[in-house]
Amino acid sequence: MDFDLSKEELAFRDEVRDFIKENLKQKVDNDFGVSFNQEWNDKVREKRWVGFSWPEEVGGGGGSIMEQVILKQEMAAAKAPSLGTCFMGLAWVGPSIIEYGTEDQKKRFIPDILDSKYQWCTGYSEPNVGSDLAALQTKAVREGDDYVVNGQKIWTSLAPFAEWMILLVRTDFQVEKKHEGITCLLVHMKTPGLEVRPIENMAGGSFFAEVFFTDMKVPVANRLGQEGDGWRVTLTALANERSSIAEVTQMERRLEILKALAVKTKKYGKPVLEDATVRRRIARFEAKIEAMRLNGLRYLTKQLKGEPLSSETSVNKLTRAELEMDMGDFAVEILGAAGPHMRGSEDTVDDGKWAFSALNWPDVVIGGGTPNIQKNIISERILGLPKD
Amino acid sequence: MNFGFTEEQELLRNQIRKFLDTKCPLSEVRKISKTKQGHSEALWNEMAELGWLGLLIPEQYGGVGLGWIDLVVLMEETGRFLYPSPLISHTLCAMAIVENGNDAQKQKWLPELASGKVIGAVALQEQEERYDSIGVKLSAKVSAVGVSLSGSKHYVSDVAEADLVVCACRTGVSADEVSLVLVETQSQGVSNKAAVTMDATKREGVLTFDNVRVELDAILGETNKAWPAIERLNDCGAVAVTAEAVGAAEQALKITTDYAKERIQFGNQIGKYQGVKHPLAKMYVDIESFKSLSYFAAWNVDESPEELPRSVSLAKGYAADILPQLGIDCLGLHGAIGYTAEYDIQLYLKRTKWVRPKYGDAGYHFDRVIDLGGEK
Repeated sequence: MDFDLSKEELAFRDEVRDFIKENLKQKVDNDFGVSFNQEWNDKVREKRWVGFSWPEEVGGGGGSIMEQVILKQEMAAAKAPSLGTCFMGLAWVGPSIIEYGTEDQKKRFIPDILDSKYQWCTGYSEPNVGSDLAALQTKAVREGDDYVVNGQKIWTSLAPFAEWMILLVRTDFQVEKKHEGITCLLVHMKTPGLEVRPIENMAGGSFFAEVFFTDMKVPVANRLGQEGDGWRVTLTALANERSSIAEVTQMERRLEILKALAVKTKKYGKPVLEDATVRRRIARFEAKIEAMRLNGLRYLTKQLKGEPLSSETSVNKLTRAELEMDMGDFAVEILGAAGPHMRGSEDTVDDGKWAFSALNWPDVVIGGGTPNIQKNIISERILGLPKD
Repeated sequence: MNFGFTEEQELLRNQIRKFLDTKCPLSEVRKISKTKQGHSEALWNEMAELGWLGLLIPEQYGGVGLGWIDLVVLMEETGRFLYPSPLISHTLCAMAIVENGNDAQKQKWLPELASGKVIGAVALQEQEERYDSIGVKLSAKVSAVGVSLSGSKHYVSDVAEADLVVCACRTGVSADEVSLVLVETQSQGVSNKAAVTMDATKREGVLTFDNVRVELDAILGETNKAWPAIERLNDCGAVAVTAEAVGAAEQALKITTDYAKERIQFGNQIGKYQGVKHPLAKMYVDIESFKSLSYFAAWNVDESPEELPRSVSLAKGYAADILPQLGIDCLGLHGAIGYTAEYDIQLYLKRTKWVRPKYGDAGYHFDRVIDLGGEK
């Protein structure tokens, strides 16, 4: 057991540190969001640190697993802006195109993703299809050089802002298994027959939407992978797990802010952090965050040894979901009467950010598979319990 | 970067697991825990032969000279099998001498401990359980001719079996003026009252000193300066019992998961129902988490001692926080059969209750995490 970096890894770490020292003009002092900075983006792009894990021939950085971790860690610790802002493009659309795309598709989409030219959104969930994704019903029929698509998606994050969508449709309804007959299409959001209706969430934002397709024509050239092979494309996309390093640094920072809140918030003239229950709950958060960090390192070690990860990543996902829900709620709880006061109220604290985060957690918690789905994954794939 | 075990450590794990699986399955554990001694001398001697009683003792004193990560491997397996023995007490006693003893003390005791001929223990707590230096009250009067001890230590693990006990005692007036003294339990005036705890594989009790006289060379380290060593002993105890708890919890989860695969109700294996499978998934997450925390704490014992307090308190705090519920849930998922003496899962529930307060409960450790805040 050791936590040492090799000579080459240390050299890479120093390179990242020097770069940050020279180029990071403004830290992102915002623990809940992200910010875009064109100048920064151009510079990290030049270093090939956007899409750092992707192969060099498609414009990626070809970084090793360990280098990716070092890069993320250093950037997060320095509070640097994110490496590229085409979130879904970088997380799973890009990797899927690299693996299954035609040469034309790669040329057309990969550079734009790396340059953060626009956002991608992901057309998976449907009104009756959430966790049971493979049961999707949006229909696509081949007509000459096009697919004609009819149906509806929902909870499509970023749809109101995105320029392209990675869309799952059913091209064959006569299949034995529901995972067959699914096809993956790449769809421009201005395609005739596509309509976006934003949905307001309980925190007041409209980041997700319903998307309707009425006789929408998508060129066959925009199919990703073979017809009927969409489920495999999706699994590859979802298996492209991001390391949880950046999230852990973010959670650590949020914990510090929460502790500071518990010091400045007073009840009967004393900081609430002196209260035994408050102390214990905050320490419990700390233990869970540290466990996430160390679990991540343990799984990273497995990867470095060349052992494939199975469903272990669900462990940290579940813990993170729990922390997202509990930390936001706990902040609002210790604020007492001021807790429910939002931005604009005379009595609100920190411009209402605690109240906001207590309402905004489903974004993270439900987005990548609900906690119950993560528990199904763990109990079925790791513990070997029967499927339900 | 390697947060995992070496091939040698994996071999050690397999060797221990095979040893316990063959020689000390739960049927044997049950037999041993009914004896007065509470452990098997035959197994103890075999473990000595294999070097496991002197894992931390340097080779020059007859030990194997390994570290805490190796020890964690051993502990995970003894925990998995609920192996009843004074191994943790013994190891802590040896460590106290290795780290604080002078050469004469090491020459005298370490080979005896490594061979298992002398069984060691540590006595840190008193009737009022507390983890600060004020809690050390056992009076030790140091004079030119020796040390005289009066008072008692409580919750001393393996108190009846131990031949040699490292005792925390009060030698000065100000809070931190405490010392560690080696006491042979055969000495005049030493007596014990041992008890079988709720977990019959774990024995502990009171060690009483009635004007006990020991030589000056029984003082371990410098007089009045032992508080950091005592705190470290307690932290290492917490690492050891947490590592045992990792093995025990994994086994409890395995027993329950196996049961959920076999038991049929309403025409299905009960493990098909989310009311059963989800609590099991949650246990898996918790075990993975405090396992990682305990590995890091163990690593810090040898490699980064200044990080030990925070890391061990996160590990033991997490473990103590979730283990009792884990024990209850494992038992509960079995239904009535889990409650029978004959069925094994109840043995693991009892372990969770024993380990919760040992070397500090979640209240103590989580409080300490906040106190240490900022010292990252």
